[in-house]
Amino acid sequence: MQETGKTAGAPALELRNITKRFGSVIANDRVSMELRRGEILAILGENGSGKTTLMNMIAGIYRQDEGEIFIDGKEAVINSPKDSHEYGVGMIHQHFKLIDVFTAAENIILGIKDGKRYNIKAASEKVREISSKYGFVIDPEKKIYAMSVSEKQTVEIIKVLYRGADILILDEPTAVLTPQETERLFDVLRRMREDGKSIIIITHKLHEVMEISDRVTVLRKGAYVGTVNTSETNEQALTDMMVGQKVELNIERTPPAKDYDRLIVEHLCMSSPSHDGVKILNDISFRARAGEILGIAGISGSGQRELLETIAGLHAADSGKITYLHHKTGELVNLRAKTPLQIRDLGIRLSFVPEDRLGMGLVGNMDIIDNMMLRSYKRGRGLFVDRQPPKDLAERIIDSLQVSTPGPKTQVRKLSGGNVQKVLVGREIAEAPSVLMAAYPVRGLDINSSYMIYRLLNEQKEKGVAVIFVGEDLDVLLALCDRIMVISQGTVTGMLDGRTAKKEEVGLLMTKGANGGAVNAPERETGSETEVKSKDE
Amino acid sequence: MIDGNVIVSFISRAVLQGTPLLLGSTGEIITEKSGNLNLGIPGIMYTGAISGVIGGFFYQNSVSRVNTALAIIIPLLCCLAGSLLVSLIYSFLTVTLRANQNVTGLAITTFGVGIGNFFGGSLIKITGSAVPYLSLSSIAKAFKHTLPFASKLGWFGELFLNYGFMVYLAVIIALVASYILKHTHLGLQLRAVGESPATADAAGINVTAYKYFATCIGGMIAGLGGLYYVIDYSNGIWSNDGFGDRGWLAIALVIFAIWRPDMSILGSYLFGALYILPNYTSVSLQSLPLFEMLPYVVTVVVLITVSLRKKREHLPPASLGLSYFREER
Repeated sequence: MQETGKTAGAPALELRNITKRFGSVIANDRVSMELRRGEILAILGENGSGKTTLMNMIAGIYRQDEGEIFIDGKEAVINSPKDSHEYGVGMIHQHFKLIDVFTAAENIILGIKDGKRYNIKAASEKVREISSKYGFVIDPEKKIYAMSVSEKQTVEIIKVLYRGADILILDEPTAVLTPQETERLFDVLRRMREDGKSIIIITHKLHEVMEISDRVTVLRKGAYVGTVNTSETNEQALTDMMVGQKVELNIERTPPAKDYDRLIVEHLCMSSPSHDGVKILNDISFRARAGEILGIAGISGSGQRELLETIAGLHAADSGKITYLHHKTGELVNLRAKTPLQIRDLGIRLSFVPEDRLGMGLVGNMDIIDNMMLRSYKRGRGLFVDRQPPKDLAERIIDSLQVSTPGPKTQVRKLSGGNVQKVLVGREIAEAPSVLMAAYPVRGLDINSSYMIYRLLNEQKEKGVAVIFVGEDLDVLLALCDRIMVISQGTVTGMLDGRTAKKEEVGLLMTKGANGGAVNAPERETGSETEVKSKDE
Repeated sequence: MIDGNVIVSFISRAVLQGTPLLLGSTGEIITEKSGNLNLGIPGIMYTGAISGVIGGFFYQNSVSRVNTALAIIIPLLCCLAGSLLVSLIYSFLTVTLRANQNVTGLAITTFGVGIGNFFGGSLIKITGSAVPYLSLSSIAKAFKHTLPFASKLGWFGELFLNYGFMVYLAVIIALVASYILKHTHLGLQLRAVGESPATADAAGINVTAYKYFATCIGGMIAGLGGLYYVIDYSNGIWSNDGFGDRGWLAIALVIFAIWRPDMSILGSYLFGALYILPNYTSVSLQSLPLFEMLPYVVTVVVLITVSLRKKREHLPPASLGLSYFREER
C-alpha cells in the first residue's frame, strides 16, 4: 500500500500558521507543526487548548481561517472529509462516527466510491484481512449497537485503514478503554508504525504519552508551545509545558468536620429493567457521614452511577433501605421509592451532580439562568416565575467559579466541558445541600478546573455536608477522600480509610470477584454517547 | 357462507384503494430515510394530482381524439413536475434554510391542498359546468387500460391482472426502492444520512444532495399516488377536497411498514381493505367514523408492538426530523 517515495522520517504532514476562530474565540492561533512518516506523535494540551479543533481541520471537518496544510511536501486543500480521505488522512474521532443500526462492514464501506458493485461479503473479507494484519479482533457482521466501546473504536480504526489512510489521527483513543484494551490498542499502533503509517494521538494521560509516542507536540490555549522527543523528556517537564505554570499538585484534606451518620444505605439491590434482571447493585450497605468525603472507587460500569441515581430517586430499588438521618432530632426518613421531588418536599437537600452533565444535569439549549431555574422553578409568585434570583445566582457562579462565558444568557452547550461542570456544580452547591453526590465531576476537565472542583467539594465537607464522590483517578481519590468505598460488579468489596489506604490495595479490591472485568451490560444500555463523551484526566 | 365473488371483488377493491397509499408511503419512506420528516406529503400528493389533471385537461380539450400514449405521458409528466416543485420548496426550506421540518411540512400540506382546490375550482369554472367536479373520462380510459385477456381468466384475472398500469407501477417502485435501500451503495449512503448525517458527512457523503434527492424523488412518487387516485381510482373525476385523509394514511403507513417499502405493499392493501370494509358490512352511518379510524388504530398497535420489542432495526431513522449543521458542536 505504501508508495516507495515515502521514506521514514520525511515529513508526512505539515501545518503552517493555522488559525481558526469560532466567533470571537480563537481556537487555534498560528499553529505550525509537523508529523514525520513512520512515527507516533502525541499531541498534548489541556482541555480547550485546541487539539481537537486543529485535528478536525486536517480531517476536513472544519476549514482553517488562515494558514496552510502540506501533505508529503505538497500543499493540500482540504475542504471536506472527502478531500481529507483522498490525501490519505484518517481521523478516529472521540465521539465515534458510526451508525448504530449498521454492521461493522457496512460502516466501514460507507461512502467509499471505488466504482465497484455493492458487495458486503467482499468488504467483510477485506476487513478480516486488515484485522489479521494488525492484530484486531472484530466480527464484520456484528451490529454497532451490540458492540463494546473498544470494538466500536476498532471499527473506526479499520474504517480509515480500509480507505488506505497512511496518516492516522486518534482523538483521545484511550479515554474510554480499560488498561488491557489500551495495551492492545498500543500494540496495534506500534504495528502500524512498523508498516510505515504516521500516527497522531491526542491524549491527556502523560504516562501513555511516554509509553507510546516518539515525539510530543504541546499546545496551550490554542497556541503551539513546542515539540520534544519523548526519549528526552519526562512527565514533569511535559506538565510544565502544558500548563505553562506550575500547578499545585497537592489536594488539601482537612480532618472530617463532623462525625455522625447522615445517609444510611442498607442491603440495597437493584436490577436492570431492560436486561432481564441482571443485578446492577447487589446488597450494598454503607453510611455516609456528615462533614466527610466518601469516595467510591470501581472499574467503570460497576454500578457506581446506578447507586447514586438510585439514592437520588431516579431508579427503583428492588430491596433494601435508604435512610436519611436528621442528626438534631434523631429522626429517620426513608428515601427509598421517593422521586427527586418527593425527597425535596421532605425537606432533604440532596444535590446530585450526574456523570452525564448535558444529558441529565443541564439542558444544553437553555442559557445559564434558565438552567439555574431548573432547581428553583417552583419558587416564585403564583403563576409567574421570578427570574431575578436565578439571574443573580448565575452571575454569582460565573464570577466566583470563573466560568468563561460571554454572559449568563449563553446557551450551556456552547460552553466547554469544564465550564459546563462549573455551572452544574455551582448550581447544586447553591442549594446548600446536606448530601452532595458527584459522579465523575472532573471527567474531561483540565487540571485547573479539576482543582477548583476539589476545592468546592472540600468547602462543602467543611460546612458539614456529606459528600459522596465517585471518581476514577485513584491518586485523586486517595488524596481527597476521608474514606473510600470500593465496589466491584455491584458489590461492596471494601471500605478503606483514605489516609492510610494504598493504591494497590484499592486496585485489588476493584477487581475482586470480577471475572476479568467490569459489568458491562448496564453501561451499554444507556447508549454509547455518555461513554464516548467521557474523558479521563 | 360468503360468496367467493364478493371476496375477489373486496380484495381487488382493497388493492385499488391501497395503491395511492402505497405510492404515498413509498415516497415518504424514501424521504424519511434521508432524515427528512416530510409532513407535506398530503399536500404534495394533492399537488401531484392537480398538476396531472391540469395537463390532462388541456390535452383532452385541445384534441378531438386523444392519443392513448400522450394521454398517459402528459398527465404523468405534469404530475411529476408539480410534485417535484413542491418537494423542492420543502427541501429548500428544511435542508438549505434549516427550517423546522414539522412546521414546514404542515405548511406544505396546507399550501398543496390550497393549490389543488384553487386550480381545480378554476378548471371547473372554465368548463362552465353546473356540477362541482371535472371529468377527464378519456384520460381515465387511457390509464385504465388492462390486459385484453384479463377479464377472461375468471377470479385469477380479476385478482391479479385487472388493474390499470399504475397499480403495478406502484408495486414495482416499492420493490425497487426496497432493493436499492438494502442492497446498493446508494441505499446504504441514504440510510446513513438519515441515521447520522454527521457520520455520513465525515464519510464523504454529500448530505445536502442526498436529502434533496431523496425528498424530491420521494415527493414525485407520492405525487403519482395523488394522480392515480384522481385519474384511475376516481375515473378521472376531480372534485375539490375529494382526496380525503389518504395523505395522512400514507404517513401512518410508513410507521406501519417499519420504514420498509416492501412491507408497505402489504400494509397499503390492508389499509385499503380497512378503508372499504364498511361498504361490505351493514354499518350504520353513525358508526362509519369508527371504521375510518381502523387504519390509525392498527398503526398505533404496530407502534406499540415495535417499541415494546425494542429492535433497533425497526426504529425510525435516528436523525429523523432534525436539521444538519456541519460546524455546530
